[in-house]
Amino acid sequence: MSTTAVLSNATGKPTEELGEELDRIRAEVVAARGTDDARYIRTVIAVQRGLDTGGRAALALSLFPPAWIAGTAMLTTAKILENMELGHNILHGQWDWMGDPAIHSTTWEWDFLTPADAWKHTHNHLHHTYTNVVGLDRDLGYTILRMSPEQRWHPVHLLQPLYNALLAPVFEWGIALYDLEADAVPCGRKSVRALLGDLAGLARKAVRQAAKDYVLFPLLAGPSALPCLLGNVTANGLRNIWAHTVIFCGHFPGAVQTFSYEEAQLDGETRGQWYLRQIQGSANIEGGPLLHVLTGNLSHQIEHHVFPDLPSNRYAELAPRVREICARHGITYVSGPLWRQYASMWGRVLRHSVPHRY
Amino acid sequence: MPVLRASIGLAARLAEWGGGRVPMVAGRITSALASPLASPLAPDDYLGLIDPLLSARHPAGRVVAVRPECAGAATLEIRPGRGWAGHRAGQYLPVGVEIDGVRHWRTYSITSPPEAPGRTLTITVKEDPGGRVSPHLVHRTRPGTVLRLSPAQGEFTLPEDPLPPRMLMVTAGSGITPVAGMLRTLAGRRLSGPAPDVVLLHSAPGPDEFLFRAELAGLAARLPWLSVHARYTRTAGRLVPEHMGVLCPDWYDRETWACGPDGLLDALERHWAAAGAGERLRVERFRLTPVPAQGSNMPGGRVRFERSGVEADSSASVPLLETGETAGVAMPYGCRRGICFGCLAPLVHGRVRDLRTGELHGEPGELIQTCVNGAAGPLALAL
Repeated sequence: MSTTAVLSNATGKPTEELGEELDRIRAEVVAARGTDDARYIRTVIAVQRGLDTGGRAALALSLFPPAWIAGTAMLTTAKILENMELGHNILHGQWDWMGDPAIHSTTWEWDFLTPADAWKHTHNHLHHTYTNVVGLDRDLGYTILRMSPEQRWHPVHLLQPLYNALLAPVFEWGIALYDLEADAVPCGRKSVRALLGDLAGLARKAVRQAAKDYVLFPLLAGPSALPCLLGNVTANGLRNIWAHTVIFCGHFPGAVQTFSYEEAQLDGETRGQWYLRQIQGSANIEGGPLLHVLTGNLSHQIEHHVFPDLPSNRYAELAPRVREICARHGITYVSGPLWRQYASMWGRVLRHSVPHRY
Repeated sequence: MPVLRASIGLAARLAEWGGGRVPMVAGRITSALASPLASPLAPDDYLGLIDPLLSARHPAGRVVAVRPECAGAATLEIRPGRGWAGHRAGQYLPVGVEIDGVRHWRTYSITSPPEAPGRTLTITVKEDPGGRVSPHLVHRTRPGTVLRLSPAQGEFTLPEDPLPPRMLMVTAGSGITPVAGMLRTLAGRRLSGPAPDVVLLHSAPGPDEFLFRAELAGLAARLPWLSVHARYTRTAGRLVPEHMGVLCPDWYDRETWACGPDGLLDALERHWAAAGAGERLRVERFRLTPVPAQGSNMPGGRVRFERSGVEADSSASVPLLETGETAGVAMPYGCRRGICFGCLAPLVHGRVRDLRTGELHGEPGELIQTCVNGAAGPLALAL
């Protein structure tokens, strides 16, 4: 059941303590970052590029069905790692502290249609600052889905279970169009010229990416061109479905709260109140280490929202501590296995497709 | 993983072929053909994983030997990789050293002559006991370590042939390093005309601290055109320009290169200018940003925005983003809370303080979050 949190209920004092406790954890991790963390991210990069190369090589011989299966599996895994554990986290500046220009938020470009700069604005700035504030966090429903009773119902929302399902396999296209912020043009928040500039940037990247996956590599595969193309389409589709799953399970299970501008008290919001909103607006997915790596550690969505710039490999060790702090402060910590979060997310999509106010 | 190890061995051998030319040409051809296939990365990103020395985008070098010099100093012999573009005698080299996962950049003079392709270069590092990077390089760096390299820099260089007929080098402490590179180059260079007459005046606390003493003495004994004078400050006192008349009577007529502490260089500049010989003196300063003392009542500092040509005073508790905006600079910004990294700006020099943790940090070239960092002393941003 989706509720709207009233942050003002939390009296000033406890929220400040919450802020101080979490700030201390952050400072601890910042001081402890070192060689092992650097080795971790470099290992993921090496594994990702190895899987990518192996997958491409196998798909070049994909007339043989085992090669097709192996190639598609490797390429899918590589794309998922590239997107979640590398792209998302590096673009958050989680690895900027290393001072390595090859692994830096200002230089990294990813295999996702949205150009890194456009995504950093809508995601790092807008979404992470205004998490789950209705009307400000555009990620709350991505302008097409109604995920909170605070959002005005429109008849088109009756179709949202359908278009959410259709969105999943082409998620990167959806995100790319969404990141253009075309809806900001009519209200004057964005100029037409800026929109055209972003559109050109997106087109350039889309052409390069599509040419690579759907033209160049299939052509190189010669007699295996068709199965290679099919393998690439499958890998991109599965990556998109996975990204959609992880992101939707991170913010839209039923118990995750949404906020109105007034409730969030955004003007003069204290650090503690900001932390509180981040915790209440996110949800974790429980599972093993492999699940965590494949979600880019966004299975620890709560820890990620509390500490978006700490290295992702640290979230697992932080999660029990954050959870314990939440228990002590009486803050709901939404966490559950993937299937339950996924079902709960769909429940929310269905529930808000009709004009009922809960 | 024997296959991986074998391929790394092969790559290293490839890098040595033809003095590095074969892989350079092959690398360029592969890059051109493979770049659409590697998008959004570059083929270089894959090559760099096999061996960092194969990367052209992020040039690197591998330490092949570490030789102790005099007390607290060592020479590192480095084999540069594909991205290295060479140097001129007297230039310095920005070196990226990784310590505890963090890359630190420092510059050191190159002490070897300009190398043939595929050959090694050397830097000689004197340990700063309070520093972080130099003790690491001197005491804890083993052969095989990979260092990042930026292109060689600096205008304090040996002129091309023909050389001025008479030259004077005035150095103190580790100021000898760029000059040693020049003298080694001169000693090995085939000259078109007669050899120049070169005088080296070096000042060190004592003979044990005189870097390259034996080698330079040997060169001076072998080469009739080179004379070396050492001045040991522990016994003879500091070198002052007034000594020039005795140490090198014709100093006024010589083309002069000087490198050492600021005090010495300032005095030399005054002396040469007063004699009307200012244009014959070239100086090289090793600039270090002093670290401001830790304390609760930090004064902040004057901030220069280089590209905009604006300067403004910034108190220690005000984010640099606000200082810039108030002063009318078009500042990149984002969340204003230190989470989105939308406000990063390169620090040209100076130090900053993280307003969230109080931690002092900042090295030249480092990108800093202007929304959560305040000035810790005077600084400049590339904005």
